[in-house]
Amino acid sequence: MSAYFCSPIAYVLITIFAILSGNFFFNFLSYYNFIAFSVGMRSAQIGSQLNVVEMVLRPLYNNIAIVLLFMVPLLTMRLLSEEKKMGTIELLFTYPVRDREMILGKFGACLAVYGIMVAMTFVYPLMIFLFGNLSWGPVFSSYLGLLLMGASYISVGILLSSMTENQIVAGSLTFGILLIFWVIDASERFVGPGLGAVLKDLSIIGHFENFAKGVIDTRDIIFYLNFSILFIFLTLCSLESKKWRG
Amino acid sequence: MIQTENLTKFYGHAQGINNVSFSAEKGEILGFLGPNGAGKTTTMRILSCFMPPSSGKASVAGYCVTKDSLEVRKRIGYLPENSPLYTHLTTKGFLRFVAEVKNIPAKERTRKIERVMADCGLKDVSGRIIGVLSKGYRQRIGIAQALLNDPAVLILDEPTAGLDPKQIIEIRNLIKNLGGDRTIILSTHILPEVSMTCNRVIIINEGRIVAMDTPENLMTRHQENLCVFLQVEGPKQKVFEQLQKVEGLMKVSEQKSHNNSIHNFKIEAKRGVDIRKAIAQNIVENGWGLLELRPVEITLEDIFIKLVTKESE
Repeated sequence: MSAYFCSPIAYVLITIFAILSGNFFFNFLSYYNFIAFSVGMRSAQIGSQLNVVEMVLRPLYNNIAIVLLFMVPLLTMRLLSEEKKMGTIELLFTYPVRDREMILGKFGACLAVYGIMVAMTFVYPLMIFLFGNLSWGPVFSSYLGLLLMGASYISVGILLSSMTENQIVAGSLTFGILLIFWVIDASERFVGPGLGAVLKDLSIIGHFENFAKGVIDTRDIIFYLNFSILFIFLTLCSLESKKWRG
Repeated sequence: MIQTENLTKFYGHAQGINNVSFSAEKGEILGFLGPNGAGKTTTMRILSCFMPPSSGKASVAGYCVTKDSLEVRKRIGYLPENSPLYTHLTTKGFLRFVAEVKNIPAKERTRKIERVMADCGLKDVSGRIIGVLSKGYRQRIGIAQALLNDPAVLILDEPTAGLDPKQIIEIRNLIKNLGGDRTIILSTHILPEVSMTCNRVIIINEGRIVAMDTPENLMTRHQENLCVFLQVEGPKQKVFEQLQKVEGLMKVSEQKSHNNSIHNFKIEAKRGVDIRKAIAQNIVENGWGLLELRPVEITLEDIFIKLVTKESE
């Protein structure tokens, strides 16, 4: 499953992601500096209350979560669809590995690439730490959140990749579905309290907000884990049914 | 080694194969013959555990392909049609990946990879990217990956399709050498291939087995009357008249010739009569030149066409 690093896809995506996240970091940091300066000029007391995590890292991680939502479909779209198109899936499925081992292998490989992308942003809190005060708690919870959220993104991608041999179709559908899961809580206020709560809980980004605040809630962890497991299970079902239908 | 019983596979409402039953012994090279879409690939995919049959049973080395598919997969090597490979890897890199997936212990990996590369003549291209290699090499890489786990059963789906004549001969020899104690199933629609490599032939058409025997038996069974090809130098009309008089002869037909004084005839004899001696004597006595006289053997091709067209009528 080392296929990722033999092809340019991973490098292209990692680079674009690095540029984007760098840009966000620069913007938020500049903004923070600007505020800090102008406030600090007037009152040193309010100035010292400004929080770098709240003002720079939290919006940064929220933005990164959304950027990743756009990029993960590009990472996952070829996972199975390319195998199908090339016919190599016939090799994989006749090797002595279980289907679930194979899917988990692919999932793991993809998560690893995702992990590398996310890990690169670690230089930002590190920079802040070197030049100022930083509380590490929210930083680590954010990374845990990003990782769990990524697992959910990837699981959706794998499912759709298993359904078609066209990469573009797989990619766009993944993207569409992730978008729906992102904006689903927008209609929360208009559908009544019962359904609203359900919709809010379904929001894939909504669950990340707690992590970004530094709150690790088991509800959020379980949501992401369940979400990933459900979609990986559906992938296995989809592959199995393809086999029986021929 | 291989046993199938009433294998049937539906694709939606379309039937892929219908009640296919056969078996293959250890060390046998079994040829699957059939027109395109006859069900060769379907049968092979079922045997290689790529997909389960809609009904019927198949077992390889004593393990059922649906219930113990992992055990079956450990014991087979499969070359899918068109030899799909990861084209972005190098030959060696690809084989290493396959060795890992096939669970070959790390210590033996390098040795086994070296061995299959030597067997399949891949030493020269071990460091090259598969995507730039010719079809012949890809086919050999496909066979090499199938061989990595020392399978007892080798399933090759059209191993010589799309190759040039020289490559075809190379692959054929390779397959023959691979035999021995391995059971090999190969499918093809090139007929001489079967008579050259296989111990036994299964002819399949529209999802059903229409014949199953050794190539020799098939030929003798379908050979009806002795047929002789004759080339004579002499006056055409007289030769023709003389030939009619030969005892045991059934039919003489003239065939095209490119030379005005040399004539070709196709002669059919009555059942069980060898008329070659009589013809030769007759011609020599008349002082004509006997240039060629040979029995025309029915080819696998004739049998195939006969069986396949009979079926579809």
